[in-house]
Amino acid sequence: MIVSTQKPLENIISALDGGSRVFIIGCAKCATVCKSGGEEEVFRMQEALAEAGKEITGTIVIDETCHMLRTSRDLRSRQEQVNQADFLLVLSCGAGIQSVAEASDTKVVAGTDSKFLGNIRRFGQFEQRCSLCGDCRLNETGGVCPVTVCAKGLLNGPCGGMVDGACEVNGDSPCAWVTIYERLERQERVEQLHGTTPARDFIHEATPGSLKLGR
Amino acid sequence: MPSLLARKLAAHEFVITAEVAPPRGCDLTPFLHSAAYLAPYADAVNVTDNQGANMRMSPLSAAAALVREGIEPIMQLTCRDRNRLALQSDLLGAAALGVHNILALTGDGIGCGDHRQGRSVFDLDSVQLLQTITAMNAGCDMNGAPLAGATSFFAGAAAAPEVEPFGVTLPKLGKKVASGARYFQTQAVFNPEKLSAFCDAVTPSGVQVIAGILVLKSAKMAEFINQHIPGLRIPLTVIERLRAAADPATEGIEIAVEMALHSRTVCSGIHIMSMGRDEVVPCIAAVVRSL
Repeated sequence: MIVSTQKPLENIISALDGGSRVFIIGCAKCATVCKSGGEEEVFRMQEALAEAGKEITGTIVIDETCHMLRTSRDLRSRQEQVNQADFLLVLSCGAGIQSVAEASDTKVVAGTDSKFLGNIRRFGQFEQRCSLCGDCRLNETGGVCPVTVCAKGLLNGPCGGMVDGACEVNGDSPCAWVTIYERLERQERVEQLHGTTPARDFIHEATPGSLKLGR
Repeated sequence: MPSLLARKLAAHEFVITAEVAPPRGCDLTPFLHSAAYLAPYADAVNVTDNQGANMRMSPLSAAAALVREGIEPIMQLTCRDRNRLALQSDLLGAAALGVHNILALTGDGIGCGDHRQGRSVFDLDSVQLLQTITAMNAGCDMNGAPLAGATSFFAGAAAAPEVEPFGVTLPKLGKKVASGARYFQTQAVFNPEKLSAFCDAVTPSGVQVIAGILVLKSAKMAEFINQHIPGLRIPLTVIERLRAAADPATEGIEIAVEMALHSRTVCSGIHIMSMGRDEVVPCIAAVVRSL
């Protein structure tokens, strides 16, 4: 899922400067799970903005704001409230915010910062394991991604900063290459680490990405 | 091979290298003064590359200035601040300006330095950088496209003989040698047995070991290093020894000399990290050379 966090309220209020009427949009998927833009957060935002003197013309929590056609359709179903608003405040990931921006000419305010593609450790605890590099090498690294979990994204083994198995950059975390080595050792295939991995081909990470499935 | 260091190592002369940091400004005077002071005692002088991710003059410019003064540099080159084009550009520039020794490094994380908001690059890692240097020595860029003339670099790499778990680092050390590293300049060593074991593990591949000798001044300095310098861990026994000493600065030199003398028996050279005390280098060099 896409992990996002809400921007500080004062930043949101400052972005809403120059208008008093606000329509708030949340997302029923990722932003709900990471509590940045679900029903509960949309309701709280409504109260906070009302307290700050804003008029809320309406709210909606869309089932996947990243779904562009659905977002457009759901906003049309609330067209009157949307049209009354000076701003559409969106509490979803950056993808969802842009679905909204494309669906309406009303000014869009991003109420969140999108952080990473996250695994869920437990309720309210998220970890980045995949950085969508477009060229998966998990088959070679025992199912641990060095591009993401190694803070330097190194492909050929640990850097000189590893001390007592800990990462130089994030001292509380184990070195990704220690994890990779130990796992491959348990699986009796540590010899996989002896071949040199060539430099990455960043063509796989070119932005903006797009994919159209053939029929 | 134009590298004097390469020739001395090939002849099995015990080499001594020292270290100078490029200036944080455009005046080279103190840098050249320090290098000129060290040069009579050192076979080559390392020029650091934004060490600790702290911004300084480029090692290419500073190393070229040493060449002009007749001092043999080892240019440290990290992957943190340059992508593959910039690394190769700097390497071509280094070759053109007479810089022949390269120490290929990953680079400390940008978060430990003075530009923490910056983006680190790591387009290549140290192994891939070594492969690139090897390709350039064969007259090609990293993609195999021909260059107008081949470089003749003597490439080395870093190693940490005392790191735990050591086994995890072994495959990468093997890759560094396979990719063209001819010598390891090691992280600071304090444990003679671990240095011996390290040499036993890596030298059968033909690589030569230059042991890192760190000259400590006090227990406080050692503790600071343990907390703030990536990849360096000074053992408690050493810290206690410094704490118990009547004159910790002299004790620090004594510890360094002991390690240097052990290195003389098991490896090909020492790399003295004087931590700003250049005046200790002649004294350690004299002891080692007197054997």
